[in-house]
Amino acid sequence: MYFNVNGHETYCYTGGKPFDPAKPTIVFIHGVVNDHSVWILQTRYLAHHGFNVLAVDLPGHCRSAGEAPASVEDAAAFVAALLDAAKVQQAALVGHSWGSLIALEAASRLKERVTHLVLVGTAFPMKVSSALLETSLNEPMKALEMINVFSRSTLAPPPSALGPGTWVYGASMALGRRVIASNSKVNVFHRGFKACDSYANGEAAIAAITCPVLFVLGAQDQMTQAKAAQPLIAKARETGKQVEVATLPVGHHQMTELPDATLFAIRDFLRR
Amino acid sequence: MPGYSDPGFDTLALHAGAAPDPSTGARAVPIHLTTSFVFESSDHAAALFNLERSGHVYSRISNPTTAVLEQRISALEGGIGAIATASGQAALHLSIATLMGAGSHIVASTALYGGSQNLLHYTLRRFGISTTFVKPGDIDGWRAAIRPETKLLFGETVGNPGMDVLDIPQVAQIAHEAGVPLLVDSTLTSPYLMKPFELGADLVYHSATKFLSGHGTVIGGIVVDGGSFDWDRKCADGTSKFAELSAPYDGFHNMVFTEESTVGAFLLRARREGLRDFGACMSPHTAWLILQGVETLPLRMERHMSNTRRVVEFLAAHPFVANVGHPMLPTHKSHALAEKLLPKGAGSVFSFDMKGNREQGKKFIETLKVFSHLANVGDCRSLVIHPASTTHFRMTDEALAAGGITQGTIRLSIGLEDPADLIDDLKRALKAAEKST
Repeated sequence: MYFNVNGHETYCYTGGKPFDPAKPTIVFIHGVVNDHSVWILQTRYLAHHGFNVLAVDLPGHCRSAGEAPASVEDAAAFVAALLDAAKVQQAALVGHSWGSLIALEAASRLKERVTHLVLVGTAFPMKVSSALLETSLNEPMKALEMINVFSRSTLAPPPSALGPGTWVYGASMALGRRVIASNSKVNVFHRGFKACDSYANGEAAIAAITCPVLFVLGAQDQMTQAKAAQPLIAKARETGKQVEVATLPVGHHQMTELPDATLFAIRDFLRR
Repeated sequence: MPGYSDPGFDTLALHAGAAPDPSTGARAVPIHLTTSFVFESSDHAAALFNLERSGHVYSRISNPTTAVLEQRISALEGGIGAIATASGQAALHLSIATLMGAGSHIVASTALYGGSQNLLHYTLRRFGISTTFVKPGDIDGWRAAIRPETKLLFGETVGNPGMDVLDIPQVAQIAHEAGVPLLVDSTLTSPYLMKPFELGADLVYHSATKFLSGHGTVIGGIVVDGGSFDWDRKCADGTSKFAELSAPYDGFHNMVFTEESTVGAFLLRARREGLRDFGACMSPHTAWLILQGVETLPLRMERHMSNTRRVVEFLAAHPFVANVGHPMLPTHKSHALAEKLLPKGAGSVFSFDMKGNREQGKKFIETLKVFSHLANVGDCRSLVIHPASTTHFRMTDEALAAGGITQGTIRLSIGLEDPADLIDDLKRALKAAEKST
């Protein structure tokens, strides 16, 4: 369904169920060169199990209009505006990779409006090598191949988002190409990576949140290595947050390489 | 298998989609000969049926062994996923039936396998789907044949049996300008010789019976989605061109497939509707046999091509041969295109015309000993057939001519034998034919 957010049509996948503000709401936020469809299995399940789901296409990505966010802070402001547009008073925020930083920053700003925070494939700082940044700017298709290899941990994933027979390597490449092509004005690949690289407020943000936080990490993640999430985890614990950590035997694409384990980690956390 | 670069073709041919079995440690892909799979709970069952979780329910829809083959061919083609079917013809039918219904129109190459030509020209017409046939090299003809109700452009990577190479980049461009996808039959080239997605095709299918299997033991097909086509495209009047994928489908929970998956809507509907309702699925045992072939595909294709080069050179120099129709020869109309699109070779199935009459043709085929006279191609054994009286026998002389076939055309499928033995066999048969008048 579409919401008007900041004057722009904004697409949110609702998991195959009508949007119902009366149910507890979860907002899913995708990463760089992704869109709502990376969350399909998790969102569809949760939408049919008592939750209201909004898996957004960030502005300037695929079905959503508007200026693609140039910073984590801009994107966090968009998430707040999305909740207002959807008339959602409280929501859980779930973000992957770049989306995890957006969820974190939004949770720090929205305080009690955020009931739960789930950071999937996260790291802070989320530094991007200068070589990859430059390649994403000048040779985005080459950079897409690079991150696809870094993001995957297996040539034999279990049945995934399109069902058995899905080749997730190829599906990620095709989605990346589609997301890049969906914005003819801005290189959303480079802009997203730059936003990750330059975000500096992670530790302050985790200290400012008021909700429980779950980290879903990939033991074989080469994009955001599990160890790179430890400063955030330590800061959260140090500041008295309720912290849970699920480390899965998977790479950076937790949602498609181990869809059930990722779903259950999120579901069980949200139910507590 | 994390690494620093994309896995290569040979590695994917062995490993894509399969890891040692977690429950038994079996290194080879196990054959899961079971119709059904036990649900963990009522909730698990409901979630599988509603696509909230991914997994296997019933082997007509999916099966773990078949899924390995689907992932592997997707990987070799550079696609996003695949659906294995009972035959190549089932893969073609599944592709078409997923995208259109009565009132739709297809533009197809004239240079098609006889069964495909029959499906389009006769059978689908009965169900309200019409086809306009265009010579594969007639680029303006492809463009001119497109109508508002056209839903698909379709051709073979290398046309059977005249070996007309389809100019995929140009035909794909025409298709995309018209807002329709290009489907190609890649059976004769296999992903080893050509990856049609890299050239602009949107959907690729194979008769896996041929080179993918390679051993002439099973019938199977597979359709692969490149994930590139935007099924949300609108017609000029604002209506959906592919409402089958972009509008709620009341046959499956009112699912809007393009919302469920930005890149995989075709596969979602093809599996959830096409396999469920038409039911032309692949047996897991067949999938396993084809996987055995795929593991050696790069090695076999290399040998197919080196043998073919030797045989073509021999035939081209033989005084009793009027014409050899292989694009490796500069005299072939697709020579320049083949050099560009098929640098590893244009395949090992080709035709030649003998001098002499039909009786001499018959004598030639009956004298061969290493070549087997049968209706198949892409076997590890060398094969021979007379298309006008067998594979293409339903076609009129005009349709035959449009496909580059004459009454005297003989089709060869070059196998993996010692090339000297193949040449000896052909030499002996040509001599017998020449003397038989």
